[in-house]
Amino acid sequence: MTDAPNAATMTTGADTVWVEHEAFIDRIPRWVAMTLLFVFVVGLWDLVTRMGWVSAIILPTPGETLADLIFVGQNLMSGGYMLEALWTTTLTVFYGFLIAVAIGFSLGLLVGETKFGERAVMPYLVAIDTMPKVAFAPLFIAWLGFDISSKVALAAFIATFPIVVATAAGLYAASENERMLFKSIGASRMQTLIRLKLPTGLPYIFTGLKIASVGVMAGAITGEFLGGGKGFGALIRQSASQLDTPRVFALILYLSLLGLLLYFTVVWAQRRFVFWNKSDRPGGAA
Amino acid sequence: MVAQPLSKDPQPAASSTRPVYEIERLSKTYARNKLVALDNVNLTIQKGEFVSVIGSSGCGKSTLLKIMAGLMPPTTGRVVLEGRPVVGSRPDIGMMFQQATLLPWKTTIENILMPIEIREGRKAAKEATTRAMDLLQLVGLGDFANVYPGELSGGMAQRASICRMLVSDPAMLLLDEPFSALDELTRDFMNMELQRICTERNATAFLVTHSLAEAVILSDRILVMRARPGHIVEDVRIDLPRPRTLEMINTPLFGEIVAHIRDLLGKEAHE
Ligand SMILES: Nc1ncnc2c1ncn2[C@@H]1O[C@H](COP(=O)(O)OP(=O)(O)O)[C@@H](O)[C@H]1O
Ligand SMILES: [Mg+2]
Repeated sequence: MTDAPNAATMTTGADTVWVEHEAFIDRIPRWVAMTLLFVFVVGLWDLVTRMGWVSAIILPTPGETLADLIFVGQNLMSGGYMLEALWTTTLTVFYGFLIAVAIGFSLGLLVGETKFGERAVMPYLVAIDTMPKVAFAPLFIAWLGFDISSKVALAAFIATFPIVVATAAGLYAASENERMLFKSIGASRMQTLIRLKLPTGLPYIFTGLKIASVGVMAGAITGEFLGGGKGFGALIRQSASQLDTPRVFALILYLSLLGLLLYFTVVWAQRRFVFWNKSDRPGGAA
Repeated sequence: MVAQPLSKDPQPAASSTRPVYEIERLSKTYARNKLVALDNVNLTIQKGEFVSVIGSSGCGKSTLLKIMAGLMPPTTGRVVLEGRPVVGSRPDIGMMFQQATLLPWKTTIENILMPIEIREGRKAAKEATTRAMDLLQLVGLGDFANVYPGELSGGMAQRASICRMLVSDPAMLLLDEPFSALDELTRDFMNMELQRICTERNATAFLVTHSLAEAVILSDRILVMRARPGHIVEDVRIDLPRPRTLEMINTPLFGEIVAHIRDLLGKEAHE
């Protein structure tokens, strides 16, 4: 730490004037920190509701919420009507995501790979992307009706844009030198796309897919709020209109599991397919 | 004298040599910004020769190299390689850039075989595996054939990219500041490797550099370029004996050549 020429001073603690201290938060493991925060928040929540500082309609007690969590869980496990609703929403999310990936990737290819796409198509996409896309929900319901397809459309509509942008950005990501290398070895446009630009763009594309996986959930649930039907969103709205707040909390928690499942499926796929991006050591194309 | 200022048309060193590259009245104006990057460049490179081009940044060195590689058309002029005009990329040209540009999702050996795979397909690439392994051995990377580029140091990655350049046995090597991103010790070592490889294969090489010492230690001839517009001011013949060693840097002859070229380059700065 000190620039003392005498090596002996390095080992004796007495002359060390400035020692590095490890912060308290760095010394406790992450799970302990998370548990502590959880206990603190639930404790505060319990206190606030028990003392009657907040009305039970606005915020149920942790106990009531837990009871409802168990009730909803049992209904789901026993294959009750809630499982059916969750399945409907799962299908909506799944189809919405699939459609978003197909359309988003194709448009991303068009924008990232052709001058026409870059010059003519991209400005329109940017313009639509800046609109509040949820506002299109009534249109989708008017066009497609109250069943699952209007919700799928809204979910896909919201999730498409991050994939377009990410795919286009990914296709631009190959460096000038890499492009020249491919040109110099006589690679065709298709070969350059498949062997250079797409693999280089994969990390970008996966980032887009992660954003889309969050958006597709939001789209599906918004669609179910506004367009009714048999999904989980409709259940939440029903419970909320009956002021059954504990049930709303419980439903949201189970719904978030679906979102997590989709998100971590994308993360898993990224780990699997973009294996080289883990280490950022020098040497290869960055 | 040491560094004979030659006219734009140097005499072949020996009667046995033949021209590999013939470049005549080459000019390049970038249409985008109407920038004259090269003006009337004439150049002949003989079989087995090592020619360097040195000049300040932005004087048109990379432009010249890209046109020679067929990556970009000239505005006017002729570029002929092995008797055939260069109109697009050519399999008899091997290129190397400042970055190794190894693909991180392919192993070292897969990277080296990539040019063959792209040109001739998977089967041809598979058949060339032993040749690629020999090349890796040649540059001391025999044990690293199956690792990913992320595991290689900067110098190792550049050595792998030398192998990728050599795997299709090109008649002409075009090198654009290939070692300038490496630290000085690695760079000296790589320069000696390059000399050895070129001598062993009797390769013809064209090197873009902005290191005077590197240019002098490697080259038979150094083209000194100046900017606005890019043109060759002098073709300096380097009469140091071969094989070159790093110790030659300390000889008076080396010093005289460096001083002469520095003088040529310096004139531009004072203009
Ligand atoms: N694609 C391009 N379009 C327009 N100008 C360019 C382009 N590439 C290079 N230039 C310009 O041409 C000149 C020569 O560039 P370059 O050949 O890269 O120089 P060097 O390799 O000697 O540094 C520079 O002034 C540069 O700005
Ligand atoms: Mg350059």
